[in-house]
Amino acid sequence: MGSSELIRVEDLEIHYETDDGVVYALNGVSLHVKEGETLGLVGETGAGKTTLAKGILRLIPSPPGKIVGGKVFFEGEDILSYSETEMHKIRGNAISMVFQDPMTSLNPVMTVGDQIAEVIAVHNPDLGKEELRERVIAILAKVGISSDRIDEYPHQFSGGMKQRVIIAIALACNPKLLLADEPTTALDVTIQAQVLDMIQTLKKELNTAMILISHDLGVVAQTCDRVAIIYAGRIVEEGDLRDIFKNPRHPYTIGLLESIPSLTKETKRLNPIKGLMPDPTNLPPGCPFAPRCNYACEECSKAVPELEEVNPGHLVRCIRIDSVEEVR
Amino acid sequence: MMAEELLRVENLKKYFVTNSGLLHAVDDVSFSLGKGKTLGVVGESGCGKSTLGRTILRLHEPTSGKIFFKGQDITDLDKKAMKELRRNMQIIFQDPFASLNPRMTVAQTIQESLLIQGIFTKKDKAGLEKRVRELMDLVGLSPRLINSYPHELDGGRRQRIGIARVLALNPEFIVCDEPVSALDVSIQAQILNLMQDLQDSFGFSYLFITHDLSVVKHLSDEIMVMYLGKMVEKAKAKDLFRNPTHPYTQALLSAIPVPDPDFRNDRILLQGEISSPIEPAPGCRFAARCRFACDKCKGGDIPLKEVEPGHFVACVLSEDMNQGGSR
Repeated sequence: MGSSELIRVEDLEIHYETDDGVVYALNGVSLHVKEGETLGLVGETGAGKTTLAKGILRLIPSPPGKIVGGKVFFEGEDILSYSETEMHKIRGNAISMVFQDPMTSLNPVMTVGDQIAEVIAVHNPDLGKEELRERVIAILAKVGISSDRIDEYPHQFSGGMKQRVIIAIALACNPKLLLADEPTTALDVTIQAQVLDMIQTLKKELNTAMILISHDLGVVAQTCDRVAIIYAGRIVEEGDLRDIFKNPRHPYTIGLLESIPSLTKETKRLNPIKGLMPDPTNLPPGCPFAPRCNYACEECSKAVPELEEVNPGHLVRCIRIDSVEEVR
Repeated sequence: MMAEELLRVENLKKYFVTNSGLLHAVDDVSFSLGKGKTLGVVGESGCGKSTLGRTILRLHEPTSGKIFFKGQDITDLDKKAMKELRRNMQIIFQDPFASLNPRMTVAQTIQESLLIQGIFTKKDKAGLEKRVRELMDLVGLSPRLINSYPHELDGGRRQRIGIARVLALNPEFIVCDEPVSALDVSIQAQILNLMQDLQDSFGFSYLFITHDLSVVKHLSDEIMVMYLGKMVEKAKAKDLFRNPTHPYTQALLSAIPVPDPDFRNDRILLQGEISSPIEPAPGCRFAARCRFACDKCKGGDIPLKEVEPGHFVACVLSEDMNQGGSR
């Protein structure tokens, strides 16, 4: 991990202080992404995936949200210490984000052309009207939208097309890092395939690094270089794509993989993870997965296990991995 | 051996009148469903799969066609007879966040249908509560939740309520309209197992509507693929995955991302998007996006052809394609 490291998140801790208590959304997340690399961030509802992405961009609404601790280094600079003005220069420019829901993340009363132009104009105030429009047309072509739709409004676009517009906005300033929050979850599979294919092509062309947030292990397996599994605001396992899918070590990762009905194998019965995600206002002591874990012992609920390296680059947060291995 | 037939649908059509013309939501769909069997219906948004499920239950009135339930033609039954019949035909809705009344407790929701159908009277409090508790136990809801409101519960538990209220009437036929698509994978697996267990114990027949092909493969005996209101392919689950024959089915199957980094699917990327179901052009509705489309495709209705026993395909090319392997 030498010079090419693009972003490094260290022990990021984010809480939401609500009337019903403190929501412990992120509890010390560390990860890094190299230039041009795609990291998949996998977890279920409420695991802290979106909070992490918004935390990196400092878009956590405050109150109730609060970055309690940790550091985010982007190209070696701690951007958590940046002023709002400095941050403004980064957002949409060096780091941009694709939000989950294409239906609600566009402005309904602005043409798509103007919405794409907006981000370019903010970061390139010297551009004239003509040049701006040319840039917009160029980026529309990249995402596969014909230029005669530049003056149309979002409601005239289908879901897949809207998501293309959102991706165009995100890529308009050639960002170094793209945070894609469930970019295809709202789309049908054949449209999802088109959009994923397009993201891959553009990523290669622009050498953009990406953190792909998803709950869909299939999408992650077909798109990412490395994977981090997040549970209750902590990374529980991290490694290369093959480490995670071929040699998962954390009981939660194993459980997730066994929960999906297979298209390639015959399974009579699924093997779900028992129970539910813990309440983030009231996390169990010790390993947050222990109450649902088939391998848990007394020790598990005493202290949160450390993230340990089991193989180079393959990190697991579990004190029972040896017994997990035996039983399996 | 064929299972005894429970439901038969013949040439069912459901058109909606819109300002811009007739919307062909379900267009000439026929199938039959055996007792204790599961028919999976797959297709993308707007293909008419939910409308199909609702029309069979006559939550929408069919435009034409016939629905037979246990041999009886129910297409023209009046409201009263239909109400009676719905004891036997139920539906589990997609969104557990929207399909429960937020002002009713778990117990009230589950017992509502028992009261409406007159199986219990309001006076028989003890009997009602006993039955509600039985049902909650059956679907794995803890008894302490009996007086909870939906907003206090997560998606998985809410969907269990949706299932419990359907079970309350002991139906024989259940339309499951995307029952797990709003749930996280670990919870989805719990609910799928529950539905399987219930089918094993009570012999339900499911019409399982979903866009998730791995779910449908896991549960179904037979699968029907829909595109813009038309059934384009129907086969036993195994046959469909072994030998997908309609170009749309092929594209659909190849588009699923498989959770295995070694699995390289030669993706067939479809061009364009689903066209409008309003006053569709004659001929194959998929032709505009199809790699193999030719003049024959635009000629009029494409009949279903049996390409192997029990495997039906609506494609003019199905014969040539089958000879040349899957592509």
